[in-house]
Amino acid sequence: MASTAATVSLKQKPENEEGEAQGQWSVVARRFRRHRMAMISLVVLMIILLMSFLAPYITPYARDTIDVTAPVRPAPPGVVTDAGRHLLGIDHLGRDLFTRLLYAGRISLTIAIFVVAISETLGVMIGAAAGYFGGFTDAAVSRVIEFMLAIPLLPILLIVSAILLKGDDILRPPEFLNRIIGAVLLTPARETRQVVVMIMILVVFSWLGAARLMRGMALSLRSREFVEALRAQGASEGRIIFRHIIPNGIAPILVNASLALGGIIILESALSFLGVGIQDPTPTWGNMLAQSRSYMFTNPWLPLVPGIPLVIVSLCFNFIGDGLRDALDPRLKR
Amino acid sequence: MDIAGLSTGQMSHACAVRTCYTPENAREKREAAGVSLPRFTLLVPGNFSRGCHSVQLMLRYIIRRLLQAIPTLLGVSVITFLLVSAAPGDPVSLRTFGDPRMTEETKDILRRQLGLDQPLPLQYIAWFTGLSIRGGDQVAGMTTPSNNCGYVGNLNVTVCDSGGGIIRGDMGTSIDTKQPVWQRMVERMPATLQLGITSLIVSLLIGVPLGVISAVYRGSWVDNLIRFFSVVFRSVPVYWMALMLILIFAVWLGWLPSGGRQTVSLNMSFDLWDRVQHMILPVLVLSFGPIAYFSRIMRTETLEVIHTDYIRTAKAKGLAPNSVWFLHALRNALIPLMTVLGPAIVGVLAGAVVTETIFAWPGLGRLTINAVYQQDYPMVLGSGIFFAALTILGYLLTDIFYALVDPRVRLS
Repeated sequence: MASTAATVSLKQKPENEEGEAQGQWSVVARRFRRHRMAMISLVVLMIILLMSFLAPYITPYARDTIDVTAPVRPAPPGVVTDAGRHLLGIDHLGRDLFTRLLYAGRISLTIAIFVVAISETLGVMIGAAAGYFGGFTDAAVSRVIEFMLAIPLLPILLIVSAILLKGDDILRPPEFLNRIIGAVLLTPARETRQVVVMIMILVVFSWLGAARLMRGMALSLRSREFVEALRAQGASEGRIIFRHIIPNGIAPILVNASLALGGIIILESALSFLGVGIQDPTPTWGNMLAQSRSYMFTNPWLPLVPGIPLVIVSLCFNFIGDGLRDALDPRLKR
Repeated sequence: MDIAGLSTGQMSHACAVRTCYTPENAREKREAAGVSLPRFTLLVPGNFSRGCHSVQLMLRYIIRRLLQAIPTLLGVSVITFLLVSAAPGDPVSLRTFGDPRMTEETKDILRRQLGLDQPLPLQYIAWFTGLSIRGGDQVAGMTTPSNNCGYVGNLNVTVCDSGGGIIRGDMGTSIDTKQPVWQRMVERMPATLQLGITSLIVSLLIGVPLGVISAVYRGSWVDNLIRFFSVVFRSVPVYWMALMLILIFAVWLGWLPSGGRQTVSLNMSFDLWDRVQHMILPVLVLSFGPIAYFSRIMRTETLEVIHTDYIRTAKAKGLAPNSVWFLHALRNALIPLMTVLGPAIVGVLAGAVVTETIFAWPGLGRLTINAVYQQDYPMVLGSGIFFAALTILGYLLTDIFYALVDPRVRLS
């Protein structure tokens, strides 16, 4: 035991020191590649992403087409009807589950990716500004974050999404966002609106983590010598923040983003599962699970169909987050 | 580190002159270091409660923090109120939908009785104080058995007192049952607490030893297994886990009931074994997350502690390994765990929302969800405030633990 610990610390020491010839990111990439679970997760995730975005080419059925020839609904995996073979069976209305699963993945993953991209960017900007400028900006941002943290997330999210998703005119999402998401998802305008509203709701509550992390990093970075030197050279504040503070503090944000992707997928499907998320004709893993609840006593395979990809994707994001953390901060890996 | 060497008397002196850091400050420092967990340098075993501050200071700190919570709670209440009022439809149309006897006039009367016809700020005041204010003399039209109205002549307004309101402690009146919201919440609380406390104890009893074992046997297959499952438990969504457990244990094996708090019988008599059986699945589901969380923290902290000098000294003195791990290492590794207990309690209680829905458990979470579906405004607002207060209390507990455990934390 003792000898292995010693070799590990010996091996890691040179990598720990700053200013080595090898670039920091290539070291990180190498360490990440050594993390077996993270690499497997990355591959699995890529396959799932590809499959869900190539959905129209993979499956012969349309998303909402009802198979009227089905003898029983829901029917188990592999059932063959006049319309053809249903790989994962059909749901209670007679829709092909495999097809819906792919489209649901497309929607769930799009939501997670957009939410995390927007909220981490927002959080990084806000946190960096707060930490770098300090004073009033920092006080204001810190108060807002403290306030938001005191809000009980799940009950409030329930209320918010119940209200916003059901009322058509309360929140009008910006048109460009509608267009982008609509183009990615190939959904009609009404369904796109739901997805966009869901993204906006989740963004409001998920920028806090990144902002807190970045604020801490900016606080400690702004008094470092190289920032002093930059200021003495007359670098503008925008340049200091965007070219120096943010890149230097980005490592924990990356880990946070990867874990947040898994978290958002679960949160979104929890809301759909409770009936206040994306509504039925639009499939998500959450509402497919919710529908399977009523039939699961007679068809126990039904909750497995949306459940397994959900669990796999969430696991993948968490393993990748772990791998990134270990790669970026060898102190934590022991 | 030198603080730990001082006697208690010296310590209080040191505290007066030294610029200690505050709990908030400590959190910042951790974040600055990119570490999500507190690192303590308090290394003397048994130095748990002897901080450098008096009870009086502690009380003053707690009171100050509680006062600070008031604006936050007010903010949460305003936001929730605005959100709920922005909801499409209203409680009256929801409840009278499709009823042929309901004319628009009757609905308007109902809305008037519930105060839903008033402008939003007045509705908020009515919910907050129990006093609703209307222009002109409307005493005759508004007085009901639950409403006591009076006319204030020189302001030309009618003031109605519903006898409740949040500042008088009953959190308003539920539209559904006409009971005070607080009373409905208190009725449901034992069920939620029963679930929450049990699962917290279970997860501590399982998570902490797992974390220590994983640290002690670092790098072995046991460690890898525990770490793998801690990631799995963290990633698997609670509701899916719940469905799977119901499928396996309630449907296939038929060992356990699939939901409810007890078997429905004519006299509903108390049967301990029956109660326990009903609790097993929900408690399991609620515990998975915290088990993963606790074991992860305990692993990191134990590793941190066993690399310190005093543990090396203890080992060098020839103490038995077990007594080193459990008397010296575990004790100090437990400190950070205590500081995450506050948020963990909040997490478990909030997680109850989903678990209670799936297991038909008659607790606060289900009460909240049903209130959202039924647009029972006062009920939604009441439980929103309650959960917010709970969250704030959780963070306060954490900071008090910091102060108790780390003498350098200054309470001011």
